[in-house]
Amino acid sequence: MLQDIVVTSLVNGSVYALLALGFSLVFGVARIVNVAHTAFYMLAAYAFYTLFAKLGLHFALAGVLAVALVTAAALACYRLVIQPVREHEAAVLIATIALALLIQEVLLFAFGGHYLGIPSTLEGAVRVAGVSVPYQRFLILAVAAAVLVAMWALLYRTKVGLAIRCAANDLEIAALMGMNVHRVALATIGVSAALAAIAGVIVAPVFVVDPLMWLAPLVTILAIVVLGGLGSVKGSVVGAFLIGFVEALTVFLLPRGAFLKGAVALTILVIVLLVRPQGLFGIVYEEEER
Amino acid sequence: MKRSFFAALGASLLALAVAPAALAQNSIRIAVLGPMAFVQGEHHWAGAEMARDEINKAGGITVGGRKLMVELIRADTNEMTSVPDAQSAAERVITRDRADFLIGGFRSEAVFAMQEVAMDHKKIFLGVGAAHDELGLRVERDYNRYKYWFRVSPTKSSDLGRTVFAVLNAVAGEIRKQFKTETPKVAVLAEKAVWTEGLIAAAQKNLPAMKMEMVGLWQPSATATDVTAELSAIERAGADIVFTILSGPVGIVVGRQMGERNMKAVAFGINVEAQKDEFWGAAAGKANYVSTLNTYAEVEITPKTVPWVRAFKERYKKSPAYTAATYDAIMLLKQAIEQANSLRADDLVPVLEKIRYVGNGAVIEFDKRHDPVWGPGKSLGIGVQWQDGKLVAFWPPEIKGMQPFRLPPR
Repeated sequence: MLQDIVVTSLVNGSVYALLALGFSLVFGVARIVNVAHTAFYMLAAYAFYTLFAKLGLHFALAGVLAVALVTAAALACYRLVIQPVREHEAAVLIATIALALLIQEVLLFAFGGHYLGIPSTLEGAVRVAGVSVPYQRFLILAVAAAVLVAMWALLYRTKVGLAIRCAANDLEIAALMGMNVHRVALATIGVSAALAAIAGVIVAPVFVVDPLMWLAPLVTILAIVVLGGLGSVKGSVVGAFLIGFVEALTVFLLPRGAFLKGAVALTILVIVLLVRPQGLFGIVYEEEER
Repeated sequence: MKRSFFAALGASLLALAVAPAALAQNSIRIAVLGPMAFVQGEHHWAGAEMARDEINKAGGITVGGRKLMVELIRADTNEMTSVPDAQSAAERVITRDRADFLIGGFRSEAVFAMQEVAMDHKKIFLGVGAAHDELGLRVERDYNRYKYWFRVSPTKSSDLGRTVFAVLNAVAGEIRKQFKTETPKVAVLAEKAVWTEGLIAAAQKNLPAMKMEMVGLWQPSATATDVTAELSAIERAGADIVFTILSGPVGIVVGRQMGERNMKAVAFGINVEAQKDEFWGAAAGKANYVSTLNTYAEVEITPKTVPWVRAFKERYKKSPAYTAATYDAIMLLKQAIEQANSLRADDLVPVLEKIRYVGNGAVIEFDKRHDPVWGPGKSLGIGVQWQDGKLVAFWPPEIKGMQPFRLPPR
């Protein structure tokens, strides 16, 4: 059973990590609580479904195109919907909620409320620590690991990454040092949306694609970023695997309470907010302390 | 002369004002209520369209010596995401669109709300979609208020339970025969929802009496996207049957992941998603052997079933889901209106209470709760199984056209 728990938590945790990392980056750099983040994840799943299952493109090409299209759409949404109200935090929050609902309704209109399935891009299974893991789930793990390593390289080995980390650390100081924080914010929105889109593409052949699929992971990643610390890259990744582990533990040890796994994540969120509001690796903002 | 002219004119105007509805209108307006963006609503509408076209082509419904055409009002209840929207839709079709009758509804929570609106306005509401027992119990408890409600399809939850255990017994018999297992092991996989509680309790009580061993209860969320953990545990428990009680998209995930794992256990129970043609595609073609209760198939449930299912497939390029029983609801209404020779709800209620209507999926007679009478030859349901991409019917075996039930290879 232990192997089952470890493998399940690694696969689910890696998807959460991709989603939480993007969400956290946008908050850290642009101070935007982007409720529409998982709507882009859903949009990518639909784009992949259309390109791969409907138009018959090769799965790799369909995946790359879906990520590119969703990233472009996210940047356009930022320019049109979020940037005009950037100075007002409440307005930004409301705008992202409206954007998410708009995406949901557009998809509902275009595809109906049907549950859509995408054929596996890889058939068969591999044995890991005695547990049979379908190749498709192994692919999720492999792609997520590769993307997370690439993100680390981007953030810690490039000038863009340095700029993003600077802005995430202290937006005002970064602006005072002459950085174009708006451009950094735009780059971060692009990276964040691409991460959400990659998550959407890799889970689409395993999950069911439907116009409400953005809601469940939204709650989970909120719990993850609070646990890891809002704006903390390291915290998001660690938090994602922790929540993935706790969820797997809940399902395996409490079969009659499997539906509680979401509630467990929310309970962790509440406890962290009460005991350590800045999370495991969170940044304490001076203005918030005052 | 002038005085008598005005007197006649006045009398005519007065007569027009108080004329019965049937004389004042040229059509019968039937509101079809359903979640139109979802499969359930699509089939509500499709079934109603077929009935309307058939009736209008034959000249309409005869009432008061006149032939009235059927006019449908399409009302999207949006009940999958908002119960208040469903209530508003019911209010709108009655007050703005002047609907004479209401049919449809899907989620019990939404139908409760719509039922209240219809009863407030004393409108006949023929339920097609919701199974909760309470909808009919209300008629029994407060007849004067709720007598305008009749449930056409499906049978109420407790009757669905009776059918599902009858089919489960047949599936267990097949396992006993093929694998020489005296006491088949059953894993109950039920989504966490109010409607599943009665069936879980019944399973815990009935399975030992049916010489089956219940090896555990697993309760994922109705919208869970992964049931790997549950299925691992079920495999470890050595289950022969996975007794599913699922209405949400988790039913697709269960079917797909059982196929991916090549599980030896067979899934049977209630799996609403598995009743739809789209299920096989949604489960990426992995859901072989998944079986469930259903309403329609190309078998002779009644003499009308096969030709109607074929006509439905011909027109809509898919098999009818159980909410397509809006066809039967409208046809049954036609029979009642012509028999009562009236459109008045209070005239129609006693006629509906005594009606016997041979439908496409059942022979409908109503009990004192205005629920369809359950039993063989009445409203019973059928067992269907996915076999190599096709949904085939296997139960009850005495109906012409049934195929053998298949078990996964061991």
